[in-house]
Amino acid sequence: MTETTDEQNTKTAPAESRAAADGPLLKVRGLVRHFPITKGLLKRQVGAVQAVDGIDFEVYPGETLGVVGESGCGKSTMGRLITRLDEPTGGTIEFDGRDITHLSTGGMRPMRRDVQMIFQDPYGSLNPRHTIGGIVGTPFRLQGVEPEGGVKKEVQRLLELVGLSPEHYNRYPHEFSGGQRQRIGIARALALKPKLVVADEPVSALDVSIQAQVVNLMDDLQEELGLTYVIIAHDLSVIRHVSDRIAVMYLGKIVELADRDSLYKAPMHPYTKALLSAVPVPDPKRRTERDRILLKGDVPSPINPPSGCRFRTRCWKATEVCTTTEPPLVALRTGHQVACHHPENAPDQAPEDAPK
Amino acid sequence: MTAPIETTGAAAEAQPEAVLEGVPSKRIEGRSLGQIAWLRFKRDKVAVAGAIVVILLVLIAALSRPLQSLLGLDPNEPNQSLIDPNTTLPLGDFGGMSADHPLGVDPKFGRDLLARVLEGSWVSLIVAFGATLLSVAIGTVLGVVAGYYRGRVDAVISRMMDVFLAFPLLLFAIAISASLQGGAFGLEGLPLHLSVLIFVIGFFNWPYMGRIVRAQTLSLREREFVDAARGMGARGPFILFRELLPNLVGPIVVYSTLLIPSNILFEAALSFLGVGIQPPQASWGGMLNQAVKYYEVDPQYMLVPGLAIFVTVLAFNLLGDGLRDALDPRSR
Ligand SMILES: Nc1ncnc2c1ncn2[C@@H]1O[C@H](COP(=O)(O)OP(=O)(O)OP(=O)(O)O)[C@@H](O)[C@H]1O
Ligand code: SF4
Ligand SMILES: [Mg+2]
Repeated sequence: MTETTDEQNTKTAPAESRAAADGPLLKVRGLVRHFPITKGLLKRQVGAVQAVDGIDFEVYPGETLGVVGESGCGKSTMGRLITRLDEPTGGTIEFDGRDITHLSTGGMRPMRRDVQMIFQDPYGSLNPRHTIGGIVGTPFRLQGVEPEGGVKKEVQRLLELVGLSPEHYNRYPHEFSGGQRQRIGIARALALKPKLVVADEPVSALDVSIQAQVVNLMDDLQEELGLTYVIIAHDLSVIRHVSDRIAVMYLGKIVELADRDSLYKAPMHPYTKALLSAVPVPDPKRRTERDRILLKGDVPSPINPPSGCRFRTRCWKATEVCTTTEPPLVALRTGHQVACHHPENAPDQAPEDAPK
Repeated sequence: MTAPIETTGAAAEAQPEAVLEGVPSKRIEGRSLGQIAWLRFKRDKVAVAGAIVVILLVLIAALSRPLQSLLGLDPNEPNQSLIDPNTTLPLGDFGGMSADHPLGVDPKFGRDLLARVLEGSWVSLIVAFGATLLSVAIGTVLGVVAGYYRGRVDAVISRMMDVFLAFPLLLFAIAISASLQGGAFGLEGLPLHLSVLIFVIGFFNWPYMGRIVRAQTLSLREREFVDAARGMGARGPFILFRELLPNLVGPIVVYSTLLIPSNILFEAALSFLGVGIQPPQASWGGMLNQAVKYYEVDPQYMLVPGLAIFVTVLAFNLLGDGLRDALDPRSR
């Protein structure tokens, strides 16, 4: 498994010009996470949920990588793997040039300062029994960091930084709205000045009117603090404005990875095209040319994914080769990788078996 | 978890700017979930009544000895002049009630019953509290460890709970009390009996607590704040005791309060069977034991310890139910 993905990667050109300047902050190769399905008293393994099944990508310092895909495609699992909240089944994760794939809890501890996570559920991610001050101050205590002027002062500064009042210090999470809680989660994630912040659907639990506020806050903070983001979302509308590059996932695989503009203007993977067609277009004149593509059928089970291309059961361009051969993720243009035999907006990769 | 108490809209609003200005200064000290539970508890009249009775009982038990001397009563002072030498029953109506002996005296010895229930109250409560504390300590630690680490650790602890629950506790208690009668661990007499009761009842009851804590931990550990703590580099003990345990205080308090009355009954049962507190020391179960022989001719004797047990158990149960409703509104 990992061998084939390594091979694919030698083919892919460096995605970014930045790449040459300074190496990637995060480098993921052939990342796999299978959740075993066991049966009976003896816990015999009868199969596996292939939540993440061989993905490769890099994240460069200062950029925002958006990750999109439908529910269940493995986005959260990927996020938990790169923050090492979960143990990969295969592949490697390199952070800042260091292999962290199988670091122990203790070995990971110092790295935790540099990698932080923002969670999806603003109600579940803050301990209801702790005050805001306690929650935002926890990273200092856990990492043994004594900020200048003391923890309390620093926490109050952080609260102000995310648009809350420093006087909220002694209050409890249940006294805040979802949007405010998410700001608290952001303050906690930024406390130790991390290099990389992984945000798993940071706004999808929030009211639409508040989503933009929180996304803009994250964007401002990135500029102010020079952060690098991996932002996970389930559709393209939320992350459109904040992402530099976007990875599209389908059933445990990255099917397209491209610069934002390249992806929006000329999506190559049929699945990306379908996702884009679902994003509301503000200009009614343009609506006709990218008519809404309704995908047929359901997402297949990650326990038993389709052979060849995983999208073939729902793809309107699928041919014989899509059933037999898995399309590798290759760069068809600078900074634009796609895994498809018959891409849109690019030369066909299997002309001998092209769709009619 | 989301409490319906949000008196001012200030905290609930979305616009952070509005919040910055709109917070009245008196609300800045946050209201913890405990305070909210207290507000909810106060509205439950039955539970408050239970709490008042429990507080009274605890005071009475704690001050039982001083109270006895204040009233000039001695639980172990025989008074043959109050006993009919032929029937060995107390002289006079209602089990020998009089101004000197408001609840009457016991048959055969003529000891004051008020003094004896007072004496029994601290025995009952100290055994019940001690045993509950022991079960809660063992059950909480093992339950939270099993629920958090799962896997093999959980399997071992869970099987252990099954074994303990399947144990013929009563037989064991009878055997152990009988064999330790003479003295053990450098203790003898009352201190020995109290320790044995606390140990036997507490040590074999922990699985009830363990199961509740384990089940709650299993669901709590999936909450994102646990991942958040791990993501900041927290180790197991920090997560167990700083993140999870504060969220378990509610159920632990509730089920401890409900465990106390069942332990009172258990202590009474053991003393009734003659393997708990030994005479002449007064205990509610022991008094019942002796009263059985006289229940037709002197029902008053049985009524006194019986009512004491009934009121105590009821008060703790009402308090426990009220606490459950206040601390854990979902489980209603
Ligand atoms: N701990 C686990 N054990 C078993 N299966 C799991 C586990 N976590 C995730 N899965 C499975 O892995 C697949 C991917 O899950 P994941 O949560 O990563 O999806 P997602 O893309 O984040 O979806 P969503 O948009 O709903 O959050 C799903 O089929 C899910 O059921
Ligand atoms: S490889 Fe084939 S099935 Fe898969 S997306 Fe491309 S055309 Fe569709
Ligand atoms: Mg998810």
